[in-house]
Amino acid sequence: MTTTEARPSTPEKEVGKARTRKEDQRLITGRSRYTDSISLTGMLHLAMVRSPFAHARITGIDVGAAKAADGVIAVLTGADLADTQGSLPNAWPIVPEQKAPAHPSIAVDTVNFAGEVVAAVVARTPQAARDAAELVDVDYDELAPVLDLAEAATDATVIHPDLGTNVSAHFVFDSAQAGTGGDVDAAIEQTRADGGVVVERTLRQNRLIPAFMEPRSWVCDPTGDQIVLYAATQIPHVLRVLLALTLGISESKLRIIAPDVGGGFGGKLQVNPEEVITLLAATRLGKPVKYTETRSESMVAAHHGRDQIQKLTMSATRDGKITGFKVQLLADMGAYLAVLGGGVPALGAFMFNAIYKIPAYQFDLTTVFTNKTWTDAYRGAGRPEATFGVERMLDELAAELAMEPLELRQLNWIKHEEFPFTTVSGLQYDSGNYEAATAKAKELFGYDELRAEQQRRRESGDPVQLGIGISTFTEMCGLAPSRILGALAYAAGGWEAASIRMLPTGKVEVVTGSTPHGQGHETAWSQIVADQLGVPFEDIEVLHGDTQIAPKGMDTYGSRSLVVGGQAVINAAQKVIEKAKPLAAHLLEASADDLEFAGGKFTVKGTDTSISMPELAFAAFAAHNLPDGMEPSLDSEATFDPVTFSFPHGTHLAAMEVDTETGMVKLRKYVCVDDIGNVVNPLIAEGQVHGGLAQGIAQAMFEDAVFDEQGTLVSGSFVDYLVPSAADLPHFDTAMTTTPSTTNTLGVKGVGEAGTIASTPAIVNGAIDAVRHLGVADLPMPLSPWAVWRALQGATPASGSAAAAGTGLGGNDPGGTESARMGAGGVADGRDSASDKTEGDRA
Amino acid sequence: MTQVSITVDGTKYTDDVEPRTLLVQHLRQAIGKTGTLVGCDTTNCGACTVHLDGVSVKSCTVLAVQADGHEVLTVEGLADGGELHPVQRAFHESHALQCGYCTPGMIMQSIALLQENPNPTEDEIRNGLEGNLCRCTGYQNIVKAVQQAAGSVAAGTGAAE
Ligand code: FES
Ligand code: FES
Repeated sequence: MTTTEARPSTPEKEVGKARTRKEDQRLITGRSRYTDSISLTGMLHLAMVRSPFAHARITGIDVGAAKAADGVIAVLTGADLADTQGSLPNAWPIVPEQKAPAHPSIAVDTVNFAGEVVAAVVARTPQAARDAAELVDVDYDELAPVLDLAEAATDATVIHPDLGTNVSAHFVFDSAQAGTGGDVDAAIEQTRADGGVVVERTLRQNRLIPAFMEPRSWVCDPTGDQIVLYAATQIPHVLRVLLALTLGISESKLRIIAPDVGGGFGGKLQVNPEEVITLLAATRLGKPVKYTETRSESMVAAHHGRDQIQKLTMSATRDGKITGFKVQLLADMGAYLAVLGGGVPALGAFMFNAIYKIPAYQFDLTTVFTNKTWTDAYRGAGRPEATFGVERMLDELAAELAMEPLELRQLNWIKHEEFPFTTVSGLQYDSGNYEAATAKAKELFGYDELRAEQQRRRESGDPVQLGIGISTFTEMCGLAPSRILGALAYAAGGWEAASIRMLPTGKVEVVTGSTPHGQGHETAWSQIVADQLGVPFEDIEVLHGDTQIAPKGMDTYGSRSLVVGGQAVINAAQKVIEKAKPLAAHLLEASADDLEFAGGKFTVKGTDTSISMPELAFAAFAAHNLPDGMEPSLDSEATFDPVTFSFPHGTHLAAMEVDTETGMVKLRKYVCVDDIGNVVNPLIAEGQVHGGLAQGIAQAMFEDAVFDEQGTLVSGSFVDYLVPSAADLPHFDTAMTTTPSTTNTLGVKGVGEAGTIASTPAIVNGAIDAVRHLGVADLPMPLSPWAVWRALQGATPASGSAAAAGTGLGGNDPGGTESARMGAGGVADGRDSASDKTEGDRA
Repeated sequence: MTQVSITVDGTKYTDDVEPRTLLVQHLRQAIGKTGTLVGCDTTNCGACTVHLDGVSVKSCTVLAVQADGHEVLTVEGLADGGELHPVQRAFHESHALQCGYCTPGMIMQSIALLQENPNPTEDEIRNGLEGNLCRCTGYQNIVKAVQQAAGSVAAGTGAAE
C-alpha cells in the first residue's frame, strides 16, 4: 500500500512554526459570533435594576409602573426568586473555618455593594427593558458602608451580621511547620542580633478591573426539556457543574455554549448573578432571554482583581544574603466570596519566595469583606501580587545595603546548575536559567549605558531623572495538579481532557476541554496534532466551548491550556496511534513489532511498505477487514493531570523617566527576556507576552478602581478607568531563552500571565529608582503625576544629592514611609481620587 | 418612528427607527451587521467604528436618523469577494488580534488613518489609534500591521468605497 496523497516523507515540524492563526478569518471579516450577536425567535431581553448604595436594607420594592410599561413581560425581585436562586457558589474554602455569606443573585433584603442587582425587568426589546428598569421604585434604609480594608479587618462594623466578623479566613504557610525551612521570626531576630539588616515595608496592591473588551452577555434558550445557555465565559464546563449544583438543575439537562468570547483575563472565570437571573427568567417564562451588560455595569458588577495591603519583612546579612522573609497580607474580598476569590490570594503562598533561596519564610493571609465589588482572579491571580511584593522588597533591600539590585538578586537566586530545586514554600522548580535570561536582557537593554546616563543626570540635577526598574520573576503555571488543589481545599481538580476523532475522509477533529477566548488554541492544537499524527495542519479542526461537543474539560485560566490541555491532546493522539497499529499490521500483513510510525504512516521496518493514517481511518470506518476483536474506530480520548506546576521565568527591565517638576512618569524603554520553555507558536507566544505586559504596566501606571466614601465606584467607565491606548504604551523589546520544562512532553511552561506578573514591579522599581536619591522611598500605584509629584514634595533628599546610581541611598527609613504604614492612613494615602487620575496620560 | 434609508456595505436598507436609536444598534439589531461591536457606553473604546461617507465614526455616537441618506461601510463590506482588504490581511499576518473584539473597529480606524496619512510613523499610528482600545494585544502587533499595510492602502482602498 502507498499513501493516497503525495506528502514529503519527513514533513517539516509544525511545532515551533510561527503559523498565522486559523481563528482570524471570521474575526477580521466581521463574521464573528459573540454572545450578544445571537438572536433567537421570540427572544426577550433583560435589564437589571442595581443598587445605588453600597450598604443598605431593602424596605420595599414597587414594580407596578415597570410592569405596566410598554413591552414589559415580567419584573423579578429577590423575593420572587428567593426559593429558586440558591446561593452563588464558593468553590475555594481555603481553610475549614472560612466564612462565606449567602449570596443571592438578586438581593433579597440587604445590598452589600453599589451595583448589586435588586430587580430584573424582562421586556420585548433591550430598550424597553432598560426604560422600565428606571421605573422600578426601591426603598432603602442606608447602612454605614465598610470600605477601608484595614478598618474592615478590625470588625468595627460587621457587614454580614450572621458571620459575626468581616474576616473570611486566615491562612498561614510557615516553613518551619511545613519542614521546608526555618522559623522566620527566629531568623529575623538572629539577623538583627548579628548586625544584619531587617527591611520592613507596607505595600499596596491597587484594585483592578479586568476590563475585557466584550461586555458579559448571556442568551438562555429553554427549549423543551433542555436548557441551552450561551455565555461569554472562560469556563463553560465549570459553569455547567456549578450552575447545576446552585440551582438544582440536572447537569445533563444543561448545555453551555461559549461562542466567540471577547477576552477574559480571569474576569470571565465566574458564576455570575446575571447568568443565574437570565437562566431563571428564561425557564420561568419558557422563552429565550438575553442579557448583555453595559460597560458601566461591567465595571461595577463583574469581579475586580488584586486589592491587598502587604506588610513585608525581609532580613539579610550585611553582604546581602537573605535570611528570612515574612509576608502578612490583608486581601479585600469585596462584599461576597466569588467562585475562586477566597483562594486566589493564597496562591501567593508559593510565589512570594520567587526565584530566591530563602532559608526561613512565612506567609500569613487574612481575607476580609468590604462593601465593594467582589474580587477574584485577574490575569496572574495571586502571583502578580506576590511577585510585586518580593521584587519591590529586593530593590528596598538593595537600597538599604547600597548594593546593585541585580547583583543582590544574583547573590540570592537559584543557580542554573541547582535545578531541580525545592523551594522554601515546598514546590520543586524543574528547570530555569536566571543567569542566561538576565544576561540577555541586560544586553538588549543597554544596561550599563543606561546606568551611566542615570548617573550623569543625577549629577547634573536634570529635572527629568532616569530610573532602572528590575523584575526577575517566576510564576507557577499549568494550574494545576489535582492533588495539590485537593490539599488546598479547592473544590475541583486541575486535569484537562481531549479527544481526537479520525474522520473517514482523512480529516481530523480535535476536541479540547480548554476553552479559548483569544489565545489561539485552534492554531496551536492543530500544530501539535499535525506533528503527532502526521496529518496536514489544514486538515485538523479544533472544537471547543460547547459542553455537548466538548463534554469534558476544566477550561482556560492560570496559563494552563498548553501545559495541561496540550499534553492531553498529545495523550489522545498517542492513543490513536496505539489503536491504529494493530490495524496497520493486519492490513500490511506484518507483525506489529515490525512497524514504525513516522510522518503520518506506519512502515514495515527496513522496507518501503507503508500505510497512512487517512487510509487507516477509512479502513476503520469501512470495517470490512479489521483484526479480530477490534472496534471500528480509531477515535480516542485522554485526560492529563500534571504532577506539578511549571515555572516560566524571565528578566524584565524598564527605563523610567520621572519629571521631578510635574510628577509625570514615562516608560521610555521596556525589555523582557522570558523563558517559557519550548514554544509551539512563536507568533502567538509573543502576542501573549505583549498583551500581558500592557496589563501589568497599566496596573503600575494607569489603572485603579476607586470608590468614594459612600462606596460608589468613581472609576466606573472608560473615561475614568484608564485602560491604556496605543499612545500610552511603548514598543516592547521581547526575547526568549529556553530551558524546556520537564513536567510535560512538549517541554512548555505557559505564557499567558508572564508579562502581567513580571512588569508591574519593574515599572514601580524603575520610577522609585529615578527619585530615591531625592528622598522618595515609595510611590503608590498607579503612578499618576499627582501621586508622584506629591511624593516628591514630601521627600527629603538623602545626604549628598548625587548619590551613586543603582545604589539608591535614599531608603533610610527602615520602618517604611509614613504613607505606607499598615492601616487606614496608609491606604488613604496610597489612593487618589479618580479626578486626580483623569489628568493622566490619556485625555 | 422615523423612516431612514441607509446604504450599508453597498446595499440600501429602509427601516422605521425610533429617533433615539443609535447607528450601531440599528446596524446590529435591524440590519444584522453584527460584525460591528459595542464595547462601551462612553464613546471610549472604538469597537463600533465604521465609515460614514468615507470618514471613520464611532457608530455608538451617531443616531441612525443622522445616517439617513448616507453610506456606511462596516468591516463586513471590506473584503472584495474572497479578497481581503490589505489591512485585514495585515492584521492576520502580523497577529494583530487575539480575541478579535476590538478588531473590526481597529481595522476600520486603521484604514481611515492610512487614507489620511499613507506613510505614518510609529508615533502617528499610535496616536491615530488612540480612540480604539484593545485589551489583548498590547498594540504592538496592531502597530506592526498598520505599518505593513501602509502603502498598499494608498494604492487600492476598500472596494466598497
Ligand atoms: S462602543 Fe462605540 S466607542 Fe465604545
Ligand atoms: S484582540 Fe481582544 S480586545 Fe483587541
